[in-house]
Amino acid sequence: MFETRSDLPLRGDASRRFLPWLVALNVYLAALALAGLMALGDAVSTWDKGLTGSMTVQIPAPVAPASKIGDGEIAGDNDARVAKALELLRATPGVASAQALSRAEMATLMEPWLGSGALVAELPLPALVDVQLRPAAGVNAGGLESVLAAAVPGATVDDHKKWLDRLVLLVHSVELVAGAVVLLVAGAAIATVIFITRTGLSLHHEVISLLHVIGAQDDYIARQFQSQALALGLKGGAIGFALAAVTVVGLGMLASRLGSQLLPPLSIGPLQWLALAVLPLGVALIGMATARVTVMRTLARLP
Amino acid sequence: MRYGVGPEVLHDVNFTLAPGSFHFLVGPSGAGKSSLLRLMYLAHKPSRGLITLFDRDIATAPRCDLPELRRKIGVVFQEFRLLDHLSVLDNVALPLRVAGMPEKQLRDYAEELLSWVGLADHMQSRPAILSGGQKQRVAIARAVISRPKLLLADEPTGNVDDKIALRLLYLFEELNKLGTTIVIATHNEALISRFGHAQLHLENGELLVRPATKRSV
Repeated sequence: MFETRSDLPLRGDASRRFLPWLVALNVYLAALALAGLMALGDAVSTWDKGLTGSMTVQIPAPVAPASKIGDGEIAGDNDARVAKALELLRATPGVASAQALSRAEMATLMEPWLGSGALVAELPLPALVDVQLRPAAGVNAGGLESVLAAAVPGATVDDHKKWLDRLVLLVHSVELVAGAVVLLVAGAAIATVIFITRTGLSLHHEVISLLHVIGAQDDYIARQFQSQALALGLKGGAIGFALAAVTVVGLGMLASRLGSQLLPPLSIGPLQWLALAVLPLGVALIGMATARVTVMRTLARLP
Repeated sequence: MRYGVGPEVLHDVNFTLAPGSFHFLVGPSGAGKSSLLRLMYLAHKPSRGLITLFDRDIATAPRCDLPELRRKIGVVFQEFRLLDHLSVLDNVALPLRVAGMPEKQLRDYAEELLSWVGLADHMQSRPAILSGGQKQRVAIARAVISRPKLLLADEPTGNVDDKIALRLLYLFEELNKLGTTIVIATHNEALISRFGHAQLHLENGELLVRPATKRSV
């Protein structure tokens, strides 16, 4: 499959100079697309794991002046409403725990938007209750909300499904775009190798004709082109992968320096790095196969 | 035979080469000598007619069988067609290499043959630095290294002086004595009359076979 020496003067071809850089560019773009996809997939998985089996109950602050509501309870003191909600939640089958978030925790959550000042304490923020469910509890958010709202008017239950559904839709859209980028990159790589191989065949027509006359099989000639395509593809792939690795690591470091609660860690694991490392090899092998098919199909038209 | 949609270059060409025979292919420039040789070394397919080589009908032989047939044919081109990016040794060894002979063995063969044609000191040289006569010898060495059954030479003496031309003809005769069928296209009347081999006379696309005459050597 591999030829270390060549009877064709392929080493002097101009294509030898620019093919590795074209492959490097292709691999760079494909690697970034795939790395982005992997990082996003991890983020969604983290969010999904964190949110599945949990609900958030929101209890809005009462509107002054206090009014008589529900089954005779007086709204006005939100702590009492939160206590009532906690009592109800803890008595609900399937609920493992229900914990109201402290003002300090609320302040931390709001910090990205409102800063770390005292403003949070002065705002009429709703109380939030983090509800953890038992596995396969089968608690229905709508039903729970009806029960809660009857006892604590205005209380809402969010099982994060809507948000997660939108997120999954977004991720799937990004996946499609990344897939399209990878396909385009593969297509561009194939088109480049076909063009360069045909140029080589045309450029070295005399030598190829001579090799035929002295009894060379098409396979003998094709092996020389495919070996060159593989070597140049591996060289370009390595360059593209190295540049992509630097970019991914750099972006990950920038994201971690933000310290944001919103952004998940934009990094990929060792197995994903390994999967990405297959990319330059794959592109080089595609280049090799393309060169072979191009040569064999072209030579088949000769006498 | 015709090139593309052009006029027929060769027509009414009928001849049989007996194994081990020696023929000069003669005729005026443009008579179709090179075209006939191209047909014989399978670089071109006839537009009509029948070519039988080594008991195989070339028109019906599958394309994948042609390399094997071509390896039985040695060709010396008028313009040598040496590969300038390869050494003299690699040029001569090329037919053996494409046939899949192990590297060590083919190098031994090529070195021995180059010594025999007097180019032992130029094995690692590039063809570009050789004289016309040296290039001719390299081209001949490449054509004969695989001991072909048929040797075709297109004006092999066209670029060398009379002394070297004579030596080359003696070399071809030696090969002929070893059983190789030889066809040499040439304009060199002196050599033709001196060696007196049978002639394939080509003129206006038609071929006439002239028997061997008494040699004057």
